[in-house]
Amino acid sequence: MSPGPEVRDVTRDAASAGAPPSSPDVTEGSTDPLQRRRSDAARAERRLGWALCAPAVIVMLAVTAYPIGYAVYLSLRRSDLRFPDAARFIGLDNYVTVLTSAYWWDALAVTALITIASVAIELVLGMTLALVMHRTIWGRGTVRTAILVPYGLVTVVAAFSWEYAWTPDIGYLAALLPAGSAPLTETWQAIGLIILAEVWKTTPFMALLLLAGLALVPEELLQAAKIDGASAWKRFTKVTLPLMMPAVLVALLFRTLDAFRVFDSIYIMTGGSQGTGSVSILGYNNLFTALNLGVGSAISVLVFICAAIIAFSFIKLFGTAAPGSALDGGN
Amino acid sequence: MAISSRQKAGWSALNVLVILWALFPVWWIVALSFKAPADIGTDGGSPWPTDWTLQNYAAIFTTTDFIRALVNSIGIAAIATAIAVVLATMAAYAITRLRFPGKRALIGLSLLIAMFPQISLVSPLFDIERGIGIFDTWIGLIVPYTTFSLPLAIYILSAFFREIPWELEKAAKMDGATPFQAFRRVIAPLAAPAIVTTAILVFIFCWNDFLFAISLTSTPRARTAPAAIAFFTGSSQFEQPIGSIAAAAVVITIPIVIFVLFFQRRIISGLTSGAVKG
Repeated sequence: MSPGPEVRDVTRDAASAGAPPSSPDVTEGSTDPLQRRRSDAARAERRLGWALCAPAVIVMLAVTAYPIGYAVYLSLRRSDLRFPDAARFIGLDNYVTVLTSAYWWDALAVTALITIASVAIELVLGMTLALVMHRTIWGRGTVRTAILVPYGLVTVVAAFSWEYAWTPDIGYLAALLPAGSAPLTETWQAIGLIILAEVWKTTPFMALLLLAGLALVPEELLQAAKIDGASAWKRFTKVTLPLMMPAVLVALLFRTLDAFRVFDSIYIMTGGSQGTGSVSILGYNNLFTALNLGVGSAISVLVFICAAIIAFSFIKLFGTAAPGSALDGGN
Repeated sequence: MAISSRQKAGWSALNVLVILWALFPVWWIVALSFKAPADIGTDGGSPWPTDWTLQNYAAIFTTTDFIRALVNSIGIAAIATAIAVVLATMAAYAITRLRFPGKRALIGLSLLIAMFPQISLVSPLFDIERGIGIFDTWIGLIVPYTTFSLPLAIYILSAFFREIPWELEKAAKMDGATPFQAFRRVIAPLAAPAIVTTAILVFIFCWNDFLFAISLTSTPRARTAPAAIAFFTGSSQFEQPIGSIAAAAVVITIPIVIFVLFFQRRIISGLTSGAVKG
């Protein structure tokens, strides 16, 4: 993508501003033109910065901010795709419908359960895996390559592997269960298996982030603590953990919000039946099965608000340790 | 600290356990894809096919639907990746190198989008895309994929760009290059490894998507492979064609395995960059 003509002018200005001070109009002892030139350069830099960021910002805003606004508008209307002529403004009725429905609260509870359980298990398992990879004497590269496969695997593929593994007569895991059990058709067992599938798929990501955090802990510090008589557990909780806290927080924030939008695994493994649907499944079904754009949009907006609350509480809780601060102040 | 053979055996056991845990579910679906339909459901889920057969692969490649879906997947992911990487490179350069107000807002915005629940966009995008006629087309998927890749791409690229020796840029400017020339001629080649890494991760992200793929398409015209697999139909409505699904699943896993084998180090450095440098 080439910048517009205006940008080219700006860059030319910037170039001349950076020219050696031998140009005729810079006189000895007068800082005034020099300062003007500096501010010219700063303005050119500012405009180049904006010009380079503009395409990305425009795309991101056009495809998220505008549709979310449109979703708010849709959610305030009766908009049933089967009866397009009956569309009209109905205020908060769709929200009342959703918030007084047991389906919404069940789906929210299932989503919260899956989020909390899978992130908690992933954190413990991911930390263990990171420590194994960090401390292992040999084969680190092989282990890292192996765990990248679940990370990169298409979620739908992973979900099919787990679904069939637990399907009676077909799967190796179902073969281990007592005859006649079909775990994916029982609500709680199915939710447990969905959590398991999520944990298997995303623990590698967690482990790799934590491993990178572990690498930042100076070995001498651990040695010193060892000489002072600190046990392995004490060294981990008092030295390692505090030092890698930023990595832990970033991993937690990303995984929590990612787990909250769980959709693919549930869609494949149970289709959301037997009360295993997440809020994303509920929103999808309202749109594509019930064909109700108004209610579907109300669910969209509510899910967005939930995600915003999660993100906001993380950032409020961790302040400067929040991701993004790392990218700031590149100069 | 001497390494005893017992320690070595202990670590080996642990490593093998981790590798099995990570790879067995993948291996099992590979085995499943090579089983004869008659054996699926009667061999007790054996991880080794009794009779190896290519029947399932033949089945998916004799109909045009899966081939079409593969073409869609590759085309859509490649185009979305290209656009996202170009836009993100420009933005990441500005973020790491230039002083301008609004930088914080930009980082905030991209973080917000990285965490955005996709379902929130599905209903409005469904309606908007039908309205402007890009529903069930490549563009209809490229647009949301690009958008959701941008934060990831900007994040990774900014982290990498901070490691580049920027004095070279200054030297180029001294030699009379404009900032844009310095960017294009000097920095861009240096940044190439970072860009490759970002492209791989963005491609994996697009390749993986399922929610948009099933929501914003309605026919095989633009349906990507993961969506097509989920809609495979068996001989009856209630029967899933397990062999075909397994074979198709293995086919779409091949690019991922290739990326992982050849770019292991890059992928890991891309995933973890920025996250730990505070």
